[in-house]
Amino acid sequence: MIWNATKECMSAEDRRTMQGERLRRLVERVYHSVPFYRRRMQEMEVSPQDIRSIDDIVRLPFTTKQDLRDNYPYGLFAVPMSEIVRLHASSGTTGKPTVVGYTRADLAMWAEMTARCLTAFGIDRDDIVSVGYGYGLFTGGLGLHYGVEHLGGTVIPTSSGNTAKHIGLMHDFGATALACTPSYALYLADALRDCGMPRDEFRLRTGIFGAEPWTENMRREIEAKLGIDAYNIYGLSEIMGPGVSYECGSKNGSHICDDHFYPEIISPDTLEPLTHGEQGELVFTTLTKEGLPLLRYRTKDLCELDPTPCECGRTNVRMSRIVGRSDDMLIIRGVNMFPSQIESVILEMEEFEPHYLLIVDRVNNLDTLEVQVEVRDGFYSDEMNRMMELRRKIASRLHSVLGLAADIRLVEPGTIERSEGKAKRVFDKRKLN
Amino acid sequence: MTIISQLSVFIENRAGRINEVTRILAESGINMSAFSLAESADFGILRMIVSDVEGARAALREAHFGVSVTEVICITCPNRAGAMHRVMEVLAREQIFIEYMYAFSEGETADVVIRPSDVARAAEILHSFDFGERE
Repeated sequence: MIWNATKECMSAEDRRTMQGERLRRLVERVYHSVPFYRRRMQEMEVSPQDIRSIDDIVRLPFTTKQDLRDNYPYGLFAVPMSEIVRLHASSGTTGKPTVVGYTRADLAMWAEMTARCLTAFGIDRDDIVSVGYGYGLFTGGLGLHYGVEHLGGTVIPTSSGNTAKHIGLMHDFGATALACTPSYALYLADALRDCGMPRDEFRLRTGIFGAEPWTENMRREIEAKLGIDAYNIYGLSEIMGPGVSYECGSKNGSHICDDHFYPEIISPDTLEPLTHGEQGELVFTTLTKEGLPLLRYRTKDLCELDPTPCECGRTNVRMSRIVGRSDDMLIIRGVNMFPSQIESVILEMEEFEPHYLLIVDRVNNLDTLEVQVEVRDGFYSDEMNRMMELRRKIASRLHSVLGLAADIRLVEPGTIERSEGKAKRVFDKRKLN
Repeated sequence: MTIISQLSVFIENRAGRINEVTRILAESGINMSAFSLAESADFGILRMIVSDVEGARAALREAHFGVSVTEVICITCPNRAGAMHRVMEVLAREQIFIEYMYAFSEGETADVVIRPSDVARAAEILHSFDFGERE
């Protein structure tokens, strides 16, 4: 099934015309209502009149996460706050999160995009969907929630954090679909096997997985262990949230809602556009967003684009799986984090040397983060309590900055490699490729 | 009773780490007269009374060990039933907590190393402490 065949299956020519028209209006709008973009465009000597078709997009400035931080909290909003009806925020690097504001129309569009995804996964109004993403500032929970409602399905706002309860709800309420991170799905699969309730008492048949990169191997494992059909849903809060792209039954790349989010692939080094089929950094322009419209937002996600029509009938461009990042961001249990966040916490604490090592792994299908630090000379103690207190102190600071619990390992002085150049600070033992 | 300096060394729970400490002390000609090991899941704290605190500290730091020096109380008490109890009782009465302690007996006497919550106060109390001849 296709939710909006007019938009999802339009001809290439009609699509380009519509994208060009929407881009033209977008540029007109941000030029006049967002001083940041007007300044950038003036610096580049581009005016709204120069944008006549979608091909002119390459003349526009890029936007980065740093730009969002520099304009924290509302500097890039294109409408007055009276028009904003909801805020979401991503986890803060060194204290400052990035804030996204949505108008009523933005939320309606988001709900429709998510309904498109759900329909492509074979979900309809007869389905009961348990949303296991966290509800809150993170876009996963509420994004899926309103998508299911828009579709007309039944949503169980389970949220994250209590596996036993989640299993009980899915069992008792007859959930037919589950939305969560793929790594949590694997964890849940083991818990479900050990819960004592037989599989045939569950009606679960579809999985909606995103918020972290995953592999075909993980898909096979999830499908085999849970006995379901597993689909990828992609999104990022800066652009909207889950629903930017979605897989269809052919599971051959994710269809981008490119009538609203225009994708480009660029070289992260030269910033030059790359041609279809070449791997590079994914960039999005939000063609219709009102609250926080972004021109050429650099996602730092590496993938490639395929514009050929899909066997499912959809004609929107497809993106491959995310194969990596052009920066050092880590996604741990669905939470985005940068090593620099950990570094800033350690640098602020006089009790520790300014060196650290991060070890990321996947144990029993759940991501783990170990942070190794050295206690600074003068802070070693003969008392075990004091040493434990040091560990507890850094753990709680990291938790408040990352929104994620890390295992702290105190190591002997000098064991962490010192290097003049680029020291290897992160060991990611998870296998994603 | 004397106040002495105790050396504490942070060691990770890995094979051969204690061995490394004892090797360094041996090579520096430093004698260890008492020690105890506090342990947790990831690391331990090796506490020692050594013949040359500064020499041992320098040698261990040179080898990148995390070292701290703490004042502790060493009291020599008769090696007989009830002697230790009397020391504990007087400290408890004065509201002095024991962070940790360890002891080594040798013949007629036992050397007890005590890390009290308040070293100066504990020293004052124990300074004139008399074990007496018999219970």
